[in-house]
Amino acid sequence: MIGGKDTAQDKLVVEGVSKWFRTPRASVQALDAMNLRVAEGEFVCLVGPSGCGKTTLLDIMAGLTRPDEGRVLTDGQLVEGPGRHRLVMFQESALFPWLTVFGNVMFGLNRKPELSKAERRDIAESHLRLVGLEKFRKSFVHELSGGMKQRVALARSLAPDPQVLLMDEPFGALDAITREQLYQDLQQICRERKKTIVFVTHNVREAVCLGDRVFILSPSPGRIREEFRITLPRPRDINSPELAAIAQRITQALKVYLVAARDAAA
Amino acid sequence: MKRALVIVGFFAVLVAIWQAATMSGRWSPVLLPPPIAVADYLWESLRDGTLIDAALVTLRRLLIGYAIGIVIGLPLGLAVSTSQYLEDTVGALALGLQTLPSVCWVPLALLWFGQTEAAMLFVVVMGTVWSVVLATSAGARTIPPIYARAARTMGSEGLDKWTRVILPASLPFVVSGMKQGWAFAWRSLMAAEIFVTILTGFGLGHLLQYGRELSAMDQVIGVMVAIVLIGLIADKLLFSPWERFVHRRWGTGLI
Repeated sequence: MIGGKDTAQDKLVVEGVSKWFRTPRASVQALDAMNLRVAEGEFVCLVGPSGCGKTTLLDIMAGLTRPDEGRVLTDGQLVEGPGRHRLVMFQESALFPWLTVFGNVMFGLNRKPELSKAERRDIAESHLRLVGLEKFRKSFVHELSGGMKQRVALARSLAPDPQVLLMDEPFGALDAITREQLYQDLQQICRERKKTIVFVTHNVREAVCLGDRVFILSPSPGRIREEFRITLPRPRDINSPELAAIAQRITQALKVYLVAARDAAA
Repeated sequence: MKRALVIVGFFAVLVAIWQAATMSGRWSPVLLPPPIAVADYLWESLRDGTLIDAALVTLRRLLIGYAIGIVIGLPLGLAVSTSQYLEDTVGALALGLQTLPSVCWVPLALLWFGQTEAAMLFVVVMGTVWSVVLATSAGARTIPPIYARAARTMGSEGLDKWTRVILPASLPFVVSGMKQGWAFAWRSLMAAEIFVTILTGFGLGHLLQYGRELSAMDQVIGVMVAIVLIGLIADKLLFSPWERFVHRRWGTGLI
């Protein structure tokens, strides 16, 4: 099954990844033999309740955490640590308060020695324009609204041109109206730039709205349970009835696994 | 404008109370000289240079000792924040020594270094370094781990991560630690100068002590005023810009 040819074609491969968290009292299994293949340019969403190990899996893909078993490959290369080809956009705003908006977007660019100073500035400017915040380049982080912060975070993670973008519930803390605007923006950006994206969320509709494929995860320990291919035309509207119908089907499937997991625990 | 008037008015009232107290005749002018006598002393000692020279000697010791204290304290504080072992050992040591009034270092410094500049510097460094260590390690420990994780995914590791992420992220703590370190350094140096005569330099503390020996109360109060003023100016010059920086960027302290 782990054919060399397949592995080479896929942008990101997760193979049999398991992870335990050890505390002095107990050892808790967070992930159980997870397998995932993401093709280049694909938008994959992982949906599950809290405690299903979504964030842990994302950290392992980013190279921030090491798996206890299994491995992660990008372009057939073993992931051994964080790398600029795989950037993470985090749950809450991880923007740096000591830098301006512009300084934040420049942070990743400044760590790419192959770029000249002028190129870095140009790239940062164009990404601020992309998220519609060019007027706020000199603002400080605390002066921005929640939605603006996550736009800056998006610009910051896109600017260094990563091949894979890992998104950890990036819109979770935003209000519904802001979120819907960002779904539109993100879909448009994805169409223009063809990024490979793994998007983690507990919001099924969000996943259906954004993903080419949606995987459902069940908790304790985290397992990938089922895969849904979403063929709705883009751009998708999160309020459309077709989308809602698919989301309902996925939610139903998710509930079955949740009940099973609860019964197993009881 | 209104604020300036309030400030001037406040100090004018203080001086007026002082003047009234000296005029009441209840206290001997030897013990409580009138404000004008203190002003006279300050003016004369500024003109003949004794006050300026003493202030320069003191400030030189303070700045050098303080700089050494920060150069040692900042990296040590960051190191302490990374490891539980260092926290349990160096951290505990820092906490213990920080509670030790820094004037307690004076006898030890005298025995080790004799009546030299080195003894003075040693006391200042000991006054500075521990509070800087504690504040820096507390600061580096309380920064959200998400900053370090975000930095690592963007290719910032090792020294770059420490200087460009951890250190700036702990700036709010570091600034207050440096301010506290400055206050301790200033106090310990004054104590050392009052206790110890050092022939290589005649500082403000010595000037104060000689005022006592000569029973020159105008000199004693005058030097105290000078010490307070220097402390205020140093605070405005050294720390206010950093505090403003932190408040502006973090959005703290806004009412």
